[in-house]
Amino acid sequence: MTGSVLSSGQYNKKLDSIAADILKNVGLNKGFIVWMGFLVIAFGACIFAYTIQLRKGLGVTGLRDITSWGMYIANFVFFVATSLVGMLISCVLGLAGAKWVKPIGRIAEIIAVAFAAVAGLVIVSDMGRPDRLPYVFIFGRVQSPILWDVSVVTTYFVLSLLLWFLPMIPDLAIARTRLANRPEFLIKAYEILSFKWIHHETQYKILKQAVRILLILVIPTAFAIHTVTSWLFAFTPRAGWDSTIFGPYFVSGAFVSGTAAVIIAMYFFRVNYNLKNYLTTDHFEKMGRVLILVSVLYLYFNLNEFFVPGYKMKTQDAIHLKELFTGGHALLFWGVQLCGLIIPVFLMLFRSIRRPTPMLIISLIMLISAWLKRFLIVVPPQAHPYLPVQNFPVEWIVYKPTLIETLVTAASFLLVLIIVTILSKLFPVIPIWEVAEDEIKKENKEV
Amino acid sequence: MPLKKKSSEKTKIDEILESSRRDFLKKVGIVGAASVAGGAAIYAGYRFEKSKNNADTIKVLTEDNRLVEIPKDQVKDFKPDLKALQTRGREGIQGRKWIWVIDLSKCRNARKCVEACQEAHHLRPYEYHINTLVMKESVNTPAYFMPKPCQHCDNPPCVSVCPVDATFKRQDGVVLIDNERCIGCRFCMAACPYSARTFHWHEPLVVEGDKDQEYNVELNLPQKKGTITKCLMSSDRLRENKLPYCVSACPNGVYYFGDENENAVTNGTTKETVNLKELLEKNGGYRLMAELGTKPRVYYLPPKNRLFDFKQGPETEYKEIT
Repeated sequence: MTGSVLSSGQYNKKLDSIAADILKNVGLNKGFIVWMGFLVIAFGACIFAYTIQLRKGLGVTGLRDITSWGMYIANFVFFVATSLVGMLISCVLGLAGAKWVKPIGRIAEIIAVAFAAVAGLVIVSDMGRPDRLPYVFIFGRVQSPILWDVSVVTTYFVLSLLLWFLPMIPDLAIARTRLANRPEFLIKAYEILSFKWIHHETQYKILKQAVRILLILVIPTAFAIHTVTSWLFAFTPRAGWDSTIFGPYFVSGAFVSGTAAVIIAMYFFRVNYNLKNYLTTDHFEKMGRVLILVSVLYLYFNLNEFFVPGYKMKTQDAIHLKELFTGGHALLFWGVQLCGLIIPVFLMLFRSIRRPTPMLIISLIMLISAWLKRFLIVVPPQAHPYLPVQNFPVEWIVYKPTLIETLVTAASFLLVLIIVTILSKLFPVIPIWEVAEDEIKKENKEV
Repeated sequence: MPLKKKSSEKTKIDEILESSRRDFLKKVGIVGAASVAGGAAIYAGYRFEKSKNNADTIKVLTEDNRLVEIPKDQVKDFKPDLKALQTRGREGIQGRKWIWVIDLSKCRNARKCVEACQEAHHLRPYEYHINTLVMKESVNTPAYFMPKPCQHCDNPPCVSVCPVDATFKRQDGVVLIDNERCIGCRFCMAACPYSARTFHWHEPLVVEGDKDQEYNVELNLPQKKGTITKCLMSSDRLRENKLPYCVSACPNGVYYFGDENENAVTNGTTKETVNLKELLEKNGGYRLMAELGTKPRVYYLPPKNRLFDFKQGPETEYKEIT
């Protein structure tokens, strides 16, 4: 049946119009060069900050013995979390038969690839001896959750890259004849990467099978990356980390930040790439519903994570929770819970809010809150260890992130933007053939 | 060149040249034979001398407790290289199970243990392998001082989480850190409930002689930037059958140290050796946060019948030195 659709004249006509809409954004225009120039220069400045850290040691950060994991680790958790959305959109929703996710599937995979790739680098910036990174592979011990994390993040990155690339092969073949006036290298790249695709029925059959297998494989991998990341904390006996629900707590939180990131990207492409017919208001409406669902789920885990120990107030838990509820971190804690979760859920219940612009604003606030939440998960539990903190200089007791640390963290965001820009500007950001096929099927059904 | 001319007419000059060559060869032969004979004589003499030296042997006790005899001239001073230091440092001392008892009723916060340790391991005043803390469990219980070294747990959370086997547990019970291996991820610090570890955020304190020193994992010197350092139970001293630096430095008899296998611990101040089990039993010995299941090798005796009144001196202000 698919075969007949993909070779019909009706399909080819549809393909022509969609390809024209999508491919008009592909290529190096002035805006792209200016934007990339800005990103690269800013990134270079932040990398300079990192070279200072390399030379002088981690002492240039605000980290010391009491709070020895700070912004870098929080940022790492945030990146791993956000990358999880690739699995949620394409796999969970896609395999469940939600047809509307087709046009945003590739955007979700771009987010997944960019955040997963940079997460790996972020963790290196936290190492005291980055030159010894190969030791992890040479002397690696399977007992250590770090080994598990390295393995699953790498696997997830590769699977996400394949999920982005494989369904794009027919698109590249469609595009290679339609890329007039584009740089030589781009046309050449399309020719090589489309692997002489001839749009044969069997090719599509094999491709669909391969993608289906990948979609299934990536689900346990995605659950694994964030569960293992949560175990880096939950495997220690510290109050605030010593929790049995850390795995699902992290995974559900990941869906929130990832969905918010995809909505932001969708808005950007819709406006800047003029894709209003592909990333429709209906998509924002539906993504709003998804965001409500995952936020309520996350809220439920938050309730368990804080209310259960908060009711008992065991000595160590009490010190940590009082710090969050009424102490030095109270403003941040309640701000993140209210503005980043409770109020947005309430607002999104209204259909009028689930429109592109309000959704963009809500998503931006939720994404920032998600980052701050990771900071609250990582930093405060270290401030109050079991034994009293005494006989230290004040800098060793109170954690204050430094400028260098902030710049190195900014570098990771800039790198994500660079990757997203390259992937979305040099390659079609909406799956051409999949969307065409879906639309034909829909039209035929209506007839 | 004369040979070439042989084919042509033989001249008188050729004849003269020929005879002088023969003469020369003869002389060379004599000198050669003489030098061979001379060399042989010298070699024979050398062999003789050598065999005479062999008679001078020396009795040596090997590492595995065997008494052996070796020629005196073959005795060399032993200076372990990095590989040897690492091998023995990771193996530990066979047959030992080091154990530590800290008597809180005797501690008056002299901090001599802290100073001795920092001097031995080239640490700054606020970088601790051992730290003395003021403890106060509740409003109604009195405050007391508590020296806190690494607890050298038998179920060490730090060792479990280390991704590269940089921190490890030895057969004699000591938990060490190998700063040649450490990647600086600080997972061990996050996992340790006793806050026993410190990290070199800056270039470590440099003491003269540090540079030329071969890295000794039992002393963790020279210290390295970007790696962890921690209490080593003074493994280098234990290898020499001496008590740890802090234990010997205490002026108040707080520390007992010994071998669990021998059931005996020695007080670092009085040098009195006592029965370990009796000491723990009679004084109600306990371990820090035993409920965490870390199984520390450090025991505490409660601060009862205190020898000194609790007197907290003026608070020292610590300033970061970079």
